[in-house]
Amino acid sequence: MEINSDKESIYSSAELDCDEGLIIEEVKASSRKSIPDPDAWLDEDLKRNIILTSVDWVINWARRSSLWTAVCYPACCGMEWMASLSPRFDLSRFGMEIMRASPRQADLMITAGTLTWKMAPNVRRIYNQMPEPKWVIAMGACGISGGIFRSSYNVVPGYNKIIPVDVYVPGCPPRPEALIYGIQMLQKKINKEKVLPDLSELPNTLQKGKKE
Amino acid sequence: MTAALSAEEIISQLNDKFPGAVEEAGADSVLVKSDSLLAAAEYLKTAKGLKFDYLNYITAVDYYQYFEVVYMLTSLENNHSITLKVRCYTRDNPTVPSIRGLWQGADFQEREVYDLMGITFEGHPNLKRIFLWDGFPGHPLRKDWNQ
Repeated sequence: MEINSDKESIYSSAELDCDEGLIIEEVKASSRKSIPDPDAWLDEDLKRNIILTSVDWVINWARRSSLWTAVCYPACCGMEWMASLSPRFDLSRFGMEIMRASPRQADLMITAGTLTWKMAPNVRRIYNQMPEPKWVIAMGACGISGGIFRSSYNVVPGYNKIIPVDVYVPGCPPRPEALIYGIQMLQKKINKEKVLPDLSELPNTLQKGKKE
Repeated sequence: MTAALSAEEIISQLNDKFPGAVEEAGADSVLVKSDSLLAAAEYLKTAKGLKFDYLNYITAVDYYQYFEVVYMLTSLENNHSITLKVRCYTRDNPTVPSIRGLWQGADFQEREVYDLMGITFEGHPNLKRIFLWDGFPGHPLRKDWNQ
């Protein structure tokens, strides 16, 4: 089929030009004043926003209030987990409404469901890809011990066989309230962590090493 | 609903075509000898009036004395179905001819039966484990299998 070059385009080129002109006019009108030196307003912000606190407290606060979860829902507990994400239970209250499809951006793994041995290497791989610090919540009977499938030939009897688990949430499946309680337990656990070691608590070997 | 074709009609047809192939006949199932399975299956698939062009599933049962491989066949054209069965009487290396050449859907199903029940399908192009990993000890759906 030949293209008829005489036929005009359905869009009028005049209209496009008008739009472009308007945008340029708008930018021009809003750029009459010159932008002040950035240092000036940065200084004011610094004055208003500096808070003095302990490093431990502020880092723990940041870590516990933005737990992003990696996707690891091999079975039916995933449904309960979705329910706890939904508005009724609203996990975003804890700063964890963001689910990360990439484990590299996550710091919490909620293991919701039965794990088969064939899937186990992949779950460990996901866990290894998560950056430190990272935590794991074993959700449901299968996550804790393999549940009713414990004696099966192809089910991992508990996630703690392949990855370290911080909090265990029992139930088959656990109610969203139980999961939220488990998350709060984890937050309390995170709160106890120390980023900077106490000098007096340092192991003796280090001090000996200094002397030599 | 799919009408189950009476086994008697099929048995009489099969007996005419392959004398001695039918071992036993149930209400809606036919048990054929394993060495005549391929020919019987091809006949069921292609013969006029039968035309079992769809394989619903393959499964296997362990009866201790023998393994039974069960094929559920349906004809989408004639809207009827039949259950085809084969037995292997050895536990060491039970073998059944593969019907993957007739129904392509048999490919994964035969691999599943091989994986979990340990029945070898002769003539299958890629007979290896499908659910479990290579090196898994034994075939877990056998009754005498123990962890």
